[in-house]
Amino acid sequence: MKTLRSLWALPLLLAAAPAAHAEYGLNFPPPATPIAREIYDVHMLTMGISTLLLIGVFGVVFFAIWKFRKSRGYQPDQNFHKTWFGTWSWIIVPAMVLGVDLTIAGSAQQILERLWVVPEQEGMLDVKVTGHQWYWEYEYMDAGIRVESRALPEDQAPDGLYLRDVDNRLVLPTHRPVRFLHTSADVNHAMWVPALGFKKDAIPGYITETWAEIDTEGVYRGQCAELCGTWHAKMPIVVEAVSEEKFTTWVADAKAAQAAAAAEAAADKEWSMADLMEKGKGLYNTKCASCHQINGEGLAPAFPALKGSALTIGPVEPHIDIVLNGKPGSAMPPWKGLLNDLEIAAIVTYERNAWGNDTGDAVQPRDVKALR
Amino acid sequence: MSTTASALHSEHEHHPYGWRRWLFSTNHKDIGTLYLLFALSMFFLGGISAMAIRAELMFPGLQLLDPDLYNNILTNHALIMIFGAVMPAGAGIANWMIPLMIGAPDMALPRLNNLSFWILPAAAMMLVLSFIVPFFPGGGTQINTGWTLYPPLSVQVGMSMDFLIFAIHLLGISSVLASINIIVTILNMRAPGMTLMKMPIFCWAWFVTAFLLILVVPIIAGGVTMLLFDRHFGTSFFNAAGGGDPVLFQHLFWFFGHPEVYILILPAIGALAQVIPAFSRKPLFGYHSTVGAMLVIATLGMVVWAHHQYTIGMSLGAVTYFMIGTILISIPVGLILFNFIATMWRGAMTFETPMLFATAMVLLFSFGGLTGVMLAVVPADIQYHDSMFVVAHFHYVLIPGAIYGLFAAVFYWLPKWTGHMYDERLAKIFFWVNMISFNITFFVQHFLGLAGMPRRIIDYNVIFTEFNFISSVAGLIYGLSHLLFLYIVIKCIRGGKQAEDKAWEGATGLEWELPSPPPFHSWETAPQVK
Repeated sequence: MKTLRSLWALPLLLAAAPAAHAEYGLNFPPPATPIAREIYDVHMLTMGISTLLLIGVFGVVFFAIWKFRKSRGYQPDQNFHKTWFGTWSWIIVPAMVLGVDLTIAGSAQQILERLWVVPEQEGMLDVKVTGHQWYWEYEYMDAGIRVESRALPEDQAPDGLYLRDVDNRLVLPTHRPVRFLHTSADVNHAMWVPALGFKKDAIPGYITETWAEIDTEGVYRGQCAELCGTWHAKMPIVVEAVSEEKFTTWVADAKAAQAAAAAEAAADKEWSMADLMEKGKGLYNTKCASCHQINGEGLAPAFPALKGSALTIGPVEPHIDIVLNGKPGSAMPPWKGLLNDLEIAAIVTYERNAWGNDTGDAVQPRDVKALR
Repeated sequence: MSTTASALHSEHEHHPYGWRRWLFSTNHKDIGTLYLLFALSMFFLGGISAMAIRAELMFPGLQLLDPDLYNNILTNHALIMIFGAVMPAGAGIANWMIPLMIGAPDMALPRLNNLSFWILPAAAMMLVLSFIVPFFPGGGTQINTGWTLYPPLSVQVGMSMDFLIFAIHLLGISSVLASINIIVTILNMRAPGMTLMKMPIFCWAWFVTAFLLILVVPIIAGGVTMLLFDRHFGTSFFNAAGGGDPVLFQHLFWFFGHPEVYILILPAIGALAQVIPAFSRKPLFGYHSTVGAMLVIATLGMVVWAHHQYTIGMSLGAVTYFMIGTILISIPVGLILFNFIATMWRGAMTFETPMLFATAMVLLFSFGGLTGVMLAVVPADIQYHDSMFVVAHFHYVLIPGAIYGLFAAVFYWLPKWTGHMYDERLAKIFFWVNMISFNITFFVQHFLGLAGMPRRIIDYNVIFTEFNFISSVAGLIYGLSHLLFLYIVIKCIRGGKQAEDKAWEGATGLEWELPSPPPFHSWETAPQVK
């Protein structure tokens, strides 16, 4: 393997600029699961075979170009096809290629089975991954925890991590097989984390399965790998693999936080305008601004403006309705399954009063509940 | 009347002039020229969109374009290049050369030939309209789906998508009609003595391509029509909530899409099969096995489409089948490349521009084909799929494959078409600048893919900066080099050293027995083929 790697480096060094970033190198990121290691190995195998074949082909052709030239006085051999080689090569060459093919296919087949067949084990962690335009939703099915994971904006992402960092990471334990169930809420997306060694399409109406068993703690970054519209470039995936103990703590904390938020939303109280606006602003900037923009001006024609729009200044009910139920045929999703009454009330209140809209409406959670 | 006199007589009487000559043409040479000029203009249009993409990707951040416009441009780049440039250029060369090579006076169905061409400018207008419409009030959103047009995203798009669906129908009809013409011509109008196994490989390549087109174009037509119905008529072919399946569209698309790549490459391989023997001064090695290999490629190529879809969630059995099938295609392709190399072996080669492009194609298409074998391996493809590695792979097979094959053909036959030798010195400069800048542009993209950069993204994290910068700078040079090509072609049309009937020393074939350029009507009397 080491020899192959250095052989591989040669065309690299010839073609690539000296400024190649040391951080990511010229190959796959370091694998963090056994299957990712096997994938790396089969990749190096096919790359090694391809390099050897290429050196062979280039060698033969360069030799031919040098030797069999009219300018060197070479006379063309009109009977070449009658030689032994000429007669039998049409069988020999395909047989040799077949041999190479079977080597590759045989090696690939074993890894493929291990990759494809999700192991049946006790204690597997089940995570449902839902692609949205343009963020990921992770649901830890046994613990009942829901996480929404969005790209951090440029001014908030740590240095050098814009488009590769998110607000809420996917926290997973090491040394425990995790089963991922993939689906989508709108269009096709794909979850890809190179270090973990899987990629799967997120297709609405389908539930597809992958699995991984991470053996090294660390942070692993990936991106959406299926063109899903405007912000396909801005849907990173960040997995944080921690020890089993840290994971248990994290689960407990997340559950508690979720319970607290649910209790707050269900509390039968009258919320003040100031509280609603503060909550609404935070939620709007996180969840709505990627399309409708922080300044509410949208991005015509795909994402309408909310500043000064008939919907946000006019009657309340159509406004709540479109947030709850979305607009079929457009990128506006139904939020009723994703946000609770308090969150929707806060967002709608913010939209009705920000950017000079100033309707003075304070929407309460019970108003939203009535329209569900 | 003597034969010569009557030939001159008919020449004067039936040679049309002015705009009617071109609009109502039933002459295979004129229609071939129309196809080529159309393809050349579309090639530049597609090239400009590529320049826009590389300009945006030169640095991280959003500089020139907004995301939906970028996605639209990359969609158009693919559609224009495939349907507007490569396929019409291939059809143009087919129209020019097939009758000349088989000793036929024209194509079998000359008026159908006219229709096949003139559908194309209409289709191009629809394509341009689909791009322009969103810039007007009420025009809806842009086509931001990529050329693969997957639903549900493509159902969300505004009326641009409907213009595009119409354009695809028109393009498909044009291809199918031209294919019918080619098959009928080849089967019925070969000169006496020219059996199928004596026919030039270029004709065989187009014969196989024509069958492929007829088989698969209706499938994509069906798929986009179902998309149109889902968009406007309340059907749910691809809508899971209505009981349909988004993946169905993918299968329909790729059932067309994979044979499509063979449709793009076979004519180029056919051209190489003429060019390499001519410049090696030795007949093609393995004529029979080349024909057989092309037939195997076409057949096998029709049943491996889902290697574009390894990540959708197919069963283990299905994905294993597609992997094995895809890997096996390397056998006939390898055989054809081997035959080309064996033709060069022990030949007496000279390296005029057609041979330069042919040699580059043999070497670089082999490279692209090998990354294709890497991609076929499902576990590894899990990392490559939808990354820049795939983009690098297909540009390596499309450019040194289809495009260089077309360049080789154009430089080889320009003397025949125009009667003038093109400027060899400028053409060689074009070749070297083009080939070197192409390699720099796309070789580095392999590493971007391996490092984790997805495709079809407008902005990327800073770790991908260096190779994107290199790719964009080289890409700019690569794009601009084509202006030199345009200059060479125009200069050749306008004048140059008079070309012989047999413009190249080692050239063989019926077309080289005609004057350069051939008369308006050629082979009015069929030649005898021994």
